Parts: sequence; structure tokens; C-alpha cells
Amino acid sequence: MNRIDFLSTWRNRLNLSGRTFVIAIPYLWLLLLFLLPFLIVFKLSFAETRLAIPPYTELVEYAQDGHLRIILFLRNYLFLTEDPLYWKAYLSSVKIATIATSMALLVAYPVAYGMAKAPKRYQSTLVMLVILPFWTSFLIRVYAWIGILKTEGFLNHFLLWLGVINEPLHILHTHVAVYIGMVYSYLPFMLLPLYANLEKMDVSLLEAAADLGCTPMQAFWKITVPLSMPGVIAGCLLMFIPAVGEFVIPSLLGGSETLMIGKTLWTEFFNNRDWPLASAAAVVLLLILVAPIMWFQRTQAKGAV
Amino acid sequence: MNKSFSTFNVVSLIIGYAFLYIPILLLVIYSFNESRLVTVWSGFSSKWYGELWQNEELLDAAKVTLQVGLVASTLATILGTIAGVVLTRFGNFTGRILFNGMIYAPLVMPEVIVGLSLLLMFITISVDRGYWTVTLAHTTFSMCYVAVVIQSRLSSFDRSIEEAAMDLGCPPLKTFFLITLPVIMPAVVSAWLLSFTLSLDDLVISSFATGPGATTLPMKIFSQMRLGVTPQINAVSTILIGLVATGVTISSVIRKRQEVRKL
Repeated sequence: MNRIDFLSTWRNRLNLSGRTFVIAIPYLWLLLLFLLPFLIVFKLSFAETRLAIPPYTELVEYAQDGHLRIILFLRNYLFLTEDPLYWKAYLSSVKIATIATSMALLVAYPVAYGMAKAPKRYQSTLVMLVILPFWTSFLIRVYAWIGILKTEGFLNHFLLWLGVINEPLHILHTHVAVYIGMVYSYLPFMLLPLYANLEKMDVSLLEAAADLGCTPMQAFWKITVPLSMPGVIAGCLLMFIPAVGEFVIPSLLGGSETLMIGKTLWTEFFNNRDWPLASAAAVVLLLILVAPIMWFQRTQAKGAV
Repeated sequence: MNKSFSTFNVVSLIIGYAFLYIPILLLVIYSFNESRLVTVWSGFSSKWYGELWQNEELLDAAKVTLQVGLVASTLATILGTIAGVVLTRFGNFTGRILFNGMIYAPLVMPEVIVGLSLLLMFITISVDRGYWTVTLAHTTFSMCYVAVVIQSRLSSFDRSIEEAAMDLGCPPLKTFFLITLPVIMPAVVSAWLLSFTLSLDDLVISSFATGPGATTLPMKIFSQMRLGVTPQINAVSTILIGLVATGVTISSVIRKRQEVRKL
């Protein structure tokens, strides 16, 4: 083997190991700090609560006769189905997220439509103006609504001044406040995929429809809306998935009757210290979200947005 | 799409943007309110900002938040940039699907689940929770956002200049640092800013990952918010909004300049 050949194989080998090394850095990081924690939650959800440190039992133990024993407690999962607090929290989380997502779609569609139709030179500014509040702290944006919605808040002052109402409305600490908070906080998630989709739309299709005698309204429903479905789906999923597990909005704007699983899970963990039950609740929440998450990843992979 | 920008479009844009901005504007304006009653205007005053400087707990929390934010966003930018390169330049490798999943899942995963699972892992391997565990947690979710930003930048990148460099004998690593990185630098900077604001903003994951002595600003603010609206929170919020607005403006100026240079 001459020297050059030797050098080039050596370099190839180095490149190959260098390549593995580069992949390994982020890969290992995510395995250790994203996937492993989930496996631990999954494992813990089958453990039993006990009064000790740590406050749960081990699943795998060596019995006295030297056999390996694996004990899976399904009690946590059974408890989730039996305790009305939990399944009601799941149902109401999905319901609240669905209603808020539909409301956000209704609010966002005309705005995204307006953005897409605006003169080209303003469009990047308009997009920037949508993103800007999204960069502002989520917590602060939710907090801003407390001052608006509370009984002696801005909205009531304004409506009383207008003479629309005679008595202040009680909105804060109700479901309505949670819907408003969610629509507001997640609006950019809905607006951006919708705009990205509408902006690409081919105007000649609308012209063709008009030439063939369609009214603008008919053309909108028969052409614009169906063609914008990928944007609608992406926006709805992007909002629905995090909204189901939302914690901040129901805790700050919701009332005691606003049951959401994110809040319940938090209480179970921090106040009742029932780790296995909280783990089981998290696993079930994840199971509810698996389908929408997979759907979302597929739309991302296809580049449908 | 660009035709017949109608009155209806203008009105819906005005309503939409008013909805986005009025709450923030009210919050900022009323942070300068004299009265303790946040919603009743009684004259201009900056006294709430003065009071902030005497609030030791809040200042400590702000310090922790800044430290975590700086370290976490820098780590996240490095890791996320590598991940973005792996996603766009390394083709298929064993475990690619899992890697994709681990990059995209944290973006939509409910924070309570991410926080809970990290905490349980920290307990299982019995590390002391505090500053470093929060930093690790923030790095992990931020790097996924960075990876997505870098990935989208790299996929619109003219690969021929990279190939030219390598054809002329430049090793891949050197090509990355001499050719690729300088070109995608604006994206890297805005990814850093994004992770910094994400870290600055995070409440739920921090609350799970933290331990005694490492209270972040959002945790402090949240515990005060639950007690109601106070002008002090308005003042802190206004400062944070100002910081973020400055950061975003800087990054968009950098990007604009880059675009001008390209032309």
C-alpha cells in the first residue's frame, strides 16, 4: 500500500468517526435529558406510593429466593379512571382547548387573510408585528388580561362608560376568561401558518372563478377555504396541543370550576406529593396528545405549511 | 396572493392588531400610574420602578434568571446549531427518525410533562436541584427551537460554495467554520436571542427543575400575580417587554443589513 492510499483511508476513517461524533453530541444530550426522563416517568407510573424517601416502590427487586421479581402496579391508572376529578379534568382540558382553538381560528382567519392581501411592501412588517408579542413573556401577556377582565378592570370601565351595561360583568375566574387568554396567547401560532398558506395562493384561480360567474363570496368558500386547509390544520394543531396541557392560563384567569389537567397534575405533584399518580396522569395526557403530535410532525415533514 | 385589498381586510387587520397590542399597551401605560389601584389613572409617576430596586428578592430572582438565560441560551445555540447541521447535511443515519422526533416533540409537548419528567430524573439520579438543573432544562428545550431555526436557514443555503471549498481540499470541519457559519451567522444570532427569551420566560419547567435558592424571575412574578394585580408587577413586566423589544429590533436590523449586503 503506497503512502497516499494509506493517508486517504486514514482520513476517511477519521471523517466517519468525526461524523459519528458530531451526531452523537446533540443525540446523546436529547437522549439523556428528553427521552430518558420520559422513560422514568413511564416506569414510575407503575410504582406504588409509599411514605418513604423516595416516596415510591421499586418495580424490579430480587426476591429472597434469588429470582428477579417485577411488580407493576396498575392502581394509578385504575385510580385515574375511577376518580371523577381526573377524567373530568381530561375531558374539560380537551373541551376547553377545542373551543379556544376554534375561536382563535375564527379570529385569525380574517386577519391572516388581510395580511396576505396587504400590499407586498407592508407584509414583512405585518408578520414582524405578529411575532413581536410572541417574543414577549407568556406570563406577562396572560397577566395583562387580569387588569382588563377583572370586575373593576378596563373592560368593565369601558363598557359602563359606553352605557352598554349597567353592572360590571364577572369575566375573570370563569371559562370565558380562559378562552380569551388562550386565544390571545396562542394567536401568533394560528396566524403565521395561515398567513404562510394564504400568501402562496394563486390569485388566477380566483380570477378564473370570477370569469366563470362565481361571486367573490362563492369563490372564497369554494376556492380559498379548501386551499387553505393545510394552514388551518397546522395552526389548529400548533395551538391545540400545548393548550390541552396549559397551566398558566387556567391558574391565573380561570376559577375554581376551571378544571384542566395541567393544573391538576401540578397540584398532585407539588401539594399531594403523589409522584406515581402524577406520572400516570402525565402518561395518559401524553397518550391523548400522541395522535395530534404525530399528525403535526407529518404536516411538518411534508412541508405543508 | 395580492389583489383588491378591501375595506374588510383593513378593518380586520386593525381589529386583529389592536387585540394583540392593546393589552400590552395598557400594562405598560399603567406601570407609570401614581395610584396603587392599577386600573384607575391618577397621574404620572415612576415610583414603582424605584421600589423595584429595593425589592431584594426580586433582584436576586432577576440575577438568577439572567445567569441561567445566558448560559442556557449559549449552550442551546451550540447544541442546536450542531443538531440543525445534522438534520440538513448528514442525510440518513441510524436513528434519524428518533432524532427528528426528539427535536420536534419538545416544541409542542405540554410543559408540565417536560418539567415533571426532568424533575423525576434529577431525583432518580439524586443530583442537587438548583441553578444547574434549571440551566440544563432550559438548554434542552431551547436547543430544539435553535435546531429548527438553523435547519430552515441551512435548507435554503447555496451548497455549491460548501462543495467548492471541499473540492479544493478544505476538510468538512474547516469548511463549516470558514464558509457555512459566517453565512448563517444572522440566523445563529436570532436563534440565540430566541433561546434567551424562552429561558427568560419559562415558568413551568423551571418550577419543576429548580431547588432551594434558585428562584427565577417568572416564578417570583407568578407567585405575586396569584395575589392580584400590583403596579410593581406592571413595572417589572414593562422592563422585560422593553428588553425583549430591544433584542428583537437589534436582531431584525442585523438581518436587514445582511439582506442589503446580499443584494
